[in-house]
Amino acid sequence: MSSASEQVDIRSTLRLWGASPVIVLCIGWLLAMILIAIFADLLAPIHYTTQDLTARFRPPAFMTGGSADHLLGTDHLGRDVLSRMIYALRTSILIATLGTLIGAVMGTLMGLAAARFRGIVDMVAMMLCDVQTALPSLFIAIAFLAFFGNNIVLFIILVSFEGWERYARLARGLVLSEQTADYIRAVEAFGAGTGRVVFQHLLPNIAASLVVQATLNFPGTILLETSLSFLGLGVQPPDTSLGLMLGEGRRYLLNAWWIAVLPGIIIFLTTLAMSLFGDWLRDRLDPTINKEG
Amino acid sequence: MRGSITLEELTVSFNGVRVLHGIDLAIGPGETLGLVGESGSGKSVTWLAALGLLPPKAKVSGRVMLNDRNLLDMPDSKLTGIRGGRIAMIFQDPVSALNPMLTVKRQIGETLALHRGLSGAAIKAEAKRLLDLVGIPDAERRLNAYPHEFSGGQNQRVMIAMALAGQPDLLVADEPTTALDVTIQAQILDLLALTQRETGMALVLISHDLGVVSQVCDRVAVMYAGRIVEEAPVERLFEHPAHPYSQGLMGSLPAIDGPRRRLTAIGGTVPDASSLPAGCSFAPRCAFAETQCHEQIPLLAGIGRDHSVACLVSEAQPSAAIRYSRQKEQRIEA
Repeated sequence: MSSASEQVDIRSTLRLWGASPVIVLCIGWLLAMILIAIFADLLAPIHYTTQDLTARFRPPAFMTGGSADHLLGTDHLGRDVLSRMIYALRTSILIATLGTLIGAVMGTLMGLAAARFRGIVDMVAMMLCDVQTALPSLFIAIAFLAFFGNNIVLFIILVSFEGWERYARLARGLVLSEQTADYIRAVEAFGAGTGRVVFQHLLPNIAASLVVQATLNFPGTILLETSLSFLGLGVQPPDTSLGLMLGEGRRYLLNAWWIAVLPGIIIFLTTLAMSLFGDWLRDRLDPTINKEG
Repeated sequence: MRGSITLEELTVSFNGVRVLHGIDLAIGPGETLGLVGESGSGKSVTWLAALGLLPPKAKVSGRVMLNDRNLLDMPDSKLTGIRGGRIAMIFQDPVSALNPMLTVKRQIGETLALHRGLSGAAIKAEAKRLLDLVGIPDAERRLNAYPHEFSGGQNQRVMIAMALAGQPDLLVADEPTTALDVTIQAQILDLLALTQRETGMALVLISHDLGVVSQVCDRVAVMYAGRIVEEAPVERLFEHPAHPYSQGLMGSLPAIDGPRRRLTAIGGTVPDASSLPAGCSFAPRCAFAETQCHEQIPLLAGIGRDHSVACLVSEAQPSAAIRYSRQKEQRIEA
């Protein structure tokens, strides 16, 4: 609202929130990854499918034999590793974000319905959650992809299976405790129907916990995507993703390690940054955790 | 008659345990009824049941008549139009009864949208008018404030504004001043009386505070263990309580004039709803209890001048209260 609050600079706000330098670094890294993914077309020096069979296995520029033409070297088909990583990042982040969102929305809706209607709805929802918990989502995804073949829509839906049951349980528990609050009784007494109570009143009050759950779940989704792509079941060439690059590069680890290791580092750092950010966010938003600690 | 609400034989049980045993109450338009009793006597449950706000495991029977329609037979979709639109209810703790995540404008606006069909600028104008009406200073600016930015008393004013937004025929105020300090309490009661005069709505004031009730109400119903034990105009009840329980309640009030005397307490505690004594529920604590009181459940019967009482013994003797307290004193000395 006021211009004064807009002018508070981000760094001091973050420090006020108890953000350690590590967290600032994590947030910076995540923002950089998102920006790179968005502006992939502008940033990539060469198109990611452009092959140059005369320049195969070129090492990165900082190694002997490397050149400035290919800053991070080339792969077995002479494709620029840097360009491929930039595009791979876009694919991976897109799939993981959509997957996380779909999973979060489906899981949350299921949890809300379970807590609100109880009875048979609750029983079925919780049974589905138990099934999901008992079966690793990687197995489910492999089974589906084996039966139905690969396409991007199915793939994103399968990736969204990662952890949806945690949103469902979380939302259910939160609604069960929140809907006994006086203000819910009050809005019901003022004539609000179920939909209004759930989406206008309950959801805003439990949203913080669900957002934290999403940030904690995001690394898992990225890893599921990369695992499936690594196994050759996910993103198919000529498209590329971080996992696919890892899978393709593993055969050349001995003499051209950069093809696999560099995307691996990106996966590692991104999931780590997201996990740390999620932990921090949870601590910040959970009033029961001592903020001085 | 428009806006007159009648509860007939309203009965509620939780898991097979009866907590309300046939409540009969009638509230005419513009009337102010006080509902007093100890905690757990069923004051709030009566109105939550009437509006269908109890959890599904509660079994409700009887009739709640509003304009010849029984609310208890209505589907939930129809009931939402009644709640807030015809009968509004406000609660004890205003701070927790407002959604902490939404601005006051949104919360008042919600009732306006639901029951008056307003939208956009009309909501803002009406919400501001309502905040002005309930005495929130600088209403225009405060519309965008959140509940935690208001004091407890102001929050209760906001709640009342929300209730008035639906232009109800009846406002049920469930201990509206219990969570507030005494000066704010008086202000809120004045506000309730004022808005009632201006809008002509009926008011049910649920309270365990006899002072509050005597200040605001025309008529009082005294509840004990899920039954109405006495109903009378307010002056009549305070001067000539007929039921030994009402007498006990009056006896426990300090008098502002006259000689200082020991305040009398009612011995014993409220019986557990799952193991009520046979006969009159108050009999085990009653100084006048006779054999028949332990066998027969007394019914509410008129004893003249809009005064009715559910007691087998008492004939509304004015001296009963004094006799009762004397007996108590003797028992304490003994």
